[in-house]
Amino acid sequence: MKILKLISVLSISVLILLVGILSFLGTIEVANMKTLMLVGTILWFATTPFWMKEEE
Amino acid sequence: MIQHNIDDDYEELAVGEFERTPVPKSRLKGWKSFLGMYAGEHAAGTEFMIGPLFLAAGASLKDLILGLFIGNILAILTWRYIVAPIAVSKKLTLYYQLEKIAGKHLVKVYNVVNGVLFCFLAGAMITVSASAVGVPFDISFSVPESIFGLSSAAFSGIVIIVGIVMTIVAAAGYNMVSKFANIAAPWMIIVFAACGISAMSQMEVDSWKSLLTEWDQGISVVQSINGKVDFGFWKIVIFAWLCNAAMHFGMSDLSIMRFAKDSRAGWGPSIGMFLGHYMAWICASLMLAAQIKLTGDISANPGALAWSVVGWTGIICVIIAGWTTANPTIYRAGLAFQSLFSSKAKAYSGVILAGVVATVAGIFPTLSSKLLDFVGLYGTILGPMGGVIFVNHYLAKKMGFTEDYADEKGSSFNVAVLLAWTIPVALGLYFIFAKGLFPAYAVIPCWIASSVLYVLIMKLQKS
Repeated sequence: MKILKLISVLSISVLILLVGILSFLGTIEVANMKTLMLVGTILWFATTPFWMKEEE
Repeated sequence: MIQHNIDDDYEELAVGEFERTPVPKSRLKGWKSFLGMYAGEHAAGTEFMIGPLFLAAGASLKDLILGLFIGNILAILTWRYIVAPIAVSKKLTLYYQLEKIAGKHLVKVYNVVNGVLFCFLAGAMITVSASAVGVPFDISFSVPESIFGLSSAAFSGIVIIVGIVMTIVAAAGYNMVSKFANIAAPWMIIVFAACGISAMSQMEVDSWKSLLTEWDQGISVVQSINGKVDFGFWKIVIFAWLCNAAMHFGMSDLSIMRFAKDSRAGWGPSIGMFLGHYMAWICASLMLAAQIKLTGDISANPGALAWSVVGWTGIICVIIAGWTTANPTIYRAGLAFQSLFSSKAKAYSGVILAGVVATVAGIFPTLSSKLLDFVGLYGTILGPMGGVIFVNHYLAKKMGFTEDYADEKGSSFNVAVLLAWTIPVALGLYFIFAKGLFPAYAVIPCWIASSVLYVLIMKLQKS
């Protein structure tokens, strides 16, 4: 579960938030940013239900 | 705003247990658990709609940043010093507390009014979700001039389909949706932030000054099309303070905070308010500024705005935000409407009725574009009942009138409460609709008027 939680946290903090900041700084193309954010979204919903259910 | 993104914990506290008895000591929670409970509460589908409306209404960015800050602080203080002390002292739900003062029949009237307002809110959320569903099909969402004007036939069709799906899910019970909302909440907050950052990137903002310039240019474009509009600093403060007036001044959150060990639970909404009604609103408004710069389009279409800045993630976020907000709202409106049906009616009859009303409301996009006005109206209509509860709690003994009148006297309809509620609200509605008063401005005068009127009528009745 710790691995899943780590993936969840990284998916939104890196693939969504950090990627957004990098795009703002001009390091990442807008199209790549949108793709990475979608990957982050998929990872979040694929992993979070398992550890969140466990914590409940 | 308006919080209806309910997780399991919240729902258990809101309606699940001890509906007609004070919460026992063993079930009380520390104030910090309320911070977590409210954290995702105010980042909902409404934020995608409300944020852009500030820019469309002509609010300056500096006013928005400072005004929202002060307004949110005032709202948190209201929860802390108006709601929490009564909740901790009585430990009763709003509805049971009201029943003790107003009588069970008057509470039914209040419930139905509440249900109707919930339906309009849910309707706006159906519009928001439909705006996102339409983007992949290239179905745009335009706001007609007339309140009851329709958008395109295709968009109305999407609204109906989304409304039917939401109603069916709500009728089946919303446990699954509330669990899903719980999972989605942290992701949604991060997506809001990403939307704001990406919007600034699209505007090629590289300094505070350039951000202000882009914002002001956005307002100029809006004003060149819509004419001069103004949404000044104090209007922002009042709106941010009172957009949740039904929850704090109106005492709706007694149902939540009755589980608190002490009044510090009133600080519970702090984090949620600043995530949803500060960060999310500002980020959502930046999306419109970016759209205006890129296309000159001033329409606040949440789906198109989110699609433009973060692509599919934005579309998914708008749909989920709208869905997880509308669903419990339809469910709660349905519970309120259920009292209209005979006891033999199916348990989901109220929810179906609420879903139909919400879907019909959602077909008219102008209603969702008037969300700034609607939430003020919501507080104006429901808030004053909180004033009655307030004076009943603090002044009944001191001023020599009966506390919890209906309960003490065995009354099922306390006319004093009806008058104290409806007279100020009728006056407030007159000023809003006939004189064009901004609805949020009416909330506190109506709340004070109801409080004073209830004391006077009760004293008069006694003498």
